[in-house]
Amino acid sequence: MEIDLAGLSRLQFAMTAMYHFLFVPLTLGLSFLLAVMETVYVLTGRQIWRDMTKFWGKLFGINFAMGVATGITMEFQFGTNWAYYSHYVGDIFGVPLAVEGLMAFFLESTFVGLFFFGWDRMSRVGHLTVTWLVAIGSNLSALWILVANGWMQNPAGAVFNPETMRMELVSFYEILFNPVAQAKFVHTVSAGYVTGAMFMLSVSAWYLLHGRHREFARRSMTVAASFGLAASLSVVVLGDESGYALTEHQKMKLAAIEAMWETEPAPADFTLFGLPDMQAQQTRDAVKIPYALGLIATRSLDQTVPGIKDLVARAEERIRSGLLAYDALQAVRADRADTAARERLTAHAADLGYALLLKAYVEDPRTATPAQIAQAAQDTVPHVPSLFWTFRLMVGLGFYFILLFAAAFWFASRRQFTRVTFLKLAAWSLPLPWLAAELGWFVAEHGRQPWSIEGVLPTFLSTSTLTVPDLLVTVSGFILFYSTLAVVEVFLLVKTVRLGPVQALGLGDPARIDDAHPQAAE
Amino acid sequence: MLPVPFDYETLRLIWWVLLGVLLIGFAVTDGFDLGVGLLLPLVARTDTERRIAINSIGPVWEGNQVWFILGGGAIFAAYPPIYAAAFSGFYLAMFLVLVALILRPVGFDFRNKVADRRWRAVWDAGLFIGGFVPALVFGVAFGNLLQGVPFHYDADLRLTYEGGLLGLLNPFALLCGLVSVAMLGLHGAIWLLLKTDGPVAARSRSAVTVLAPALLVLFALAGLWAAGLEGYVAQGLDPNGASNPLAKSVVREGGALMRNYGLHPWMRLAPVLAVAGTLAAWGLVRLRREGLALLASGIGITGVVATAGVSLFPFLMPSSLDPVAGLTVFDATSSHQTLFVMLLAALVFVPLILAYTGFVYSVLRGKVTAEQVERNSHSLY
Repeated sequence: MEIDLAGLSRLQFAMTAMYHFLFVPLTLGLSFLLAVMETVYVLTGRQIWRDMTKFWGKLFGINFAMGVATGITMEFQFGTNWAYYSHYVGDIFGVPLAVEGLMAFFLESTFVGLFFFGWDRMSRVGHLTVTWLVAIGSNLSALWILVANGWMQNPAGAVFNPETMRMELVSFYEILFNPVAQAKFVHTVSAGYVTGAMFMLSVSAWYLLHGRHREFARRSMTVAASFGLAASLSVVVLGDESGYALTEHQKMKLAAIEAMWETEPAPADFTLFGLPDMQAQQTRDAVKIPYALGLIATRSLDQTVPGIKDLVARAEERIRSGLLAYDALQAVRADRADTAARERLTAHAADLGYALLLKAYVEDPRTATPAQIAQAAQDTVPHVPSLFWTFRLMVGLGFYFILLFAAAFWFASRRQFTRVTFLKLAAWSLPLPWLAAELGWFVAEHGRQPWSIEGVLPTFLSTSTLTVPDLLVTVSGFILFYSTLAVVEVFLLVKTVRLGPVQALGLGDPARIDDAHPQAAE
Repeated sequence: MLPVPFDYETLRLIWWVLLGVLLIGFAVTDGFDLGVGLLLPLVARTDTERRIAINSIGPVWEGNQVWFILGGGAIFAAYPPIYAAAFSGFYLAMFLVLVALILRPVGFDFRNKVADRRWRAVWDAGLFIGGFVPALVFGVAFGNLLQGVPFHYDADLRLTYEGGLLGLLNPFALLCGLVSVAMLGLHGAIWLLLKTDGPVAARSRSAVTVLAPALLVLFALAGLWAAGLEGYVAQGLDPNGASNPLAKSVVREGGALMRNYGLHPWMRLAPVLAVAGTLAAWGLVRLRREGLALLASGIGITGVVATAGVSLFPFLMPSSLDPVAGLTVFDATSSHQTLFVMLLAALVFVPLILAYTGFVYSVLRGKVTAEQVERNSHSLY
């Protein structure tokens, strides 16, 4: 990362986005788990399920506050740090963000107050409805954010307008039902459910290991195990769907993730492990599974998956086509009545973004040398080794979650809550879903480089016109401020978990929670 | 593409009104909880008093703050050039506001989790900053918009802003900042009168008797000052043209901010509402009609925000550096199609939001008392 405007802006975005996403998945998962537990309470009338909803709700609240706080930064930094991006694509990108506010965030935030403050003011069913609305609101939030993000990966339903020098909306339908967005949404919320389930599983395991709040912990573990098993299965299956979307829409990202330099005859092998080398453009010591990539990526035996070198050659062609669009655009800007130029612009508009890549080297892309064009084509390759490894680690974690939750489900359904090895494993697995989620975002966003909008707008052009000192103030300010808050947040979560449900909720009768009297157990 | 039943000009005017509605929605709802935050050290001294004040807004501030988030989202979707110019131009000011606003959710939620005096004092300070700084900065931002801000475009419509944080802190803008602080402080004080009793309510009542006249004086001063400012007049705007800010011409003119009141006399209603609403709020507090007073102060806020809006019209963000680059209602919007899609979304969801927000407030009606917060020390803030 270079200490320049684009480098620091990227650092700030990566930092604030990854920090925000420490809180989001737990909100997504726990909100549904709270709704499930409260539903059991309303259906059975057993007080312990109300206690469970309230205690996990307390932890949810600490986390929710941080999610909201860090989300404010997310919404405004497109304007503060990415002003040209906002100008260039705000006509499309702003829509899902605004609809997220209208449809989802308002719902979630208005009712979350009643979730905490409304227990004594509403009927049981009334409060349960509120809890479900919070869960639905937070998940709808994720839908719209991923519609926005999906459009960055696959900018469908928009055209370039030379009058306004920006992309403009043509089809809202294509933006909403963008296949990349849909695949990302279900994959991301499933990851959130895994996180929520893991949080409950690990904390419950810790209580059981310490012989505390057994009744409470057993029930919580059973809920977490069932929910987590379903979620971990779907996160892997839907992740495959998200990968399949790359085959069609982001071929370079797929090739980089797989460190696939050459186009192989169909069906291509899947490289399980290896050492990708950016300089030599090859992967050393590769361990391959025959045919697997072709099957996963194309779901066929006869379609090829293009390799990096071929994609670079294709990018060079698109840069040359983009230069025609760029030249036509200048003609249209000079003389709006020049219809011949307008036609040329329309014919090559899909490649205009590729010509903009040359602005890294020359002010006017039309003056670029063949060497600069070749270099710009090479720039379309993201950093292969980091993508190759982060992707494999994420997928490995996904399979680990399936095994762990399957074991939890097995033990819970046989009412075996005393397996110390399993309980320790469950407790120590706590950070892993967060790790997997952050790796996932790294693959998705770093894999899109050098583009902020795939094929349309390069990242280095997307920034605001700010100074490096401006950025140094805010980057260091955010590091300091966010680190402090992170320490406080972890301190409060640990404190509340250590207090346990009886003390944290100020309950007078611990028997139903702690299993102090054997007859209280069912 | 969806067929659009309105012409571009009509949609742009509708969105100008909707932008006003969103900003007013923010100032009226989030306004009272920002106001409670900035009054916190004055009206609540003991821990129980602070908890009473905090819990009076505890269940609703989060929903209220979404008006701010939504305002940002709507500007992004409906006015991308404004979103880009305002937030990158006011860069460090925006950073200050973000830090201050982030202190609110964590302050509310974290404060009560530890029963240590110093811990709570830290979050109380955070809640004060979280109320005071945004209130001040929003007013300062409007003060700068009214004067024009220094930015220009290049041929690719890439914007450069030529002023730093200190340039924003000029005397007129600071006066507007004080108008905003007094306005939201007054609104917050009336909310506390409605929702609390005992010493918190008594001190809030004193706050009203200071803040209401202060707001009237500051607003009048700002108006007199604004009348003498040099403003901008746009010429050759095509209300149905593409959103290219460089296609018009703009001249500077003394007293331009007063021009609309002559051209469209109905716009005088805005400052009249500002003064009448504030006077009525003050009077109703004296008559102990706190509910009506809150409504009146909401009308006063509507008047103040609308006054800024109509004074600038058709501008939203004039440029002092290169007047032609100034952004107006007719050349800084998103496309015809996007404005229509967003209008549909707003027509469906804004009434729903108002309905369920009303429901939540009705569930939470009644005063927050010392007895309540002491009994529920585990479940309330």
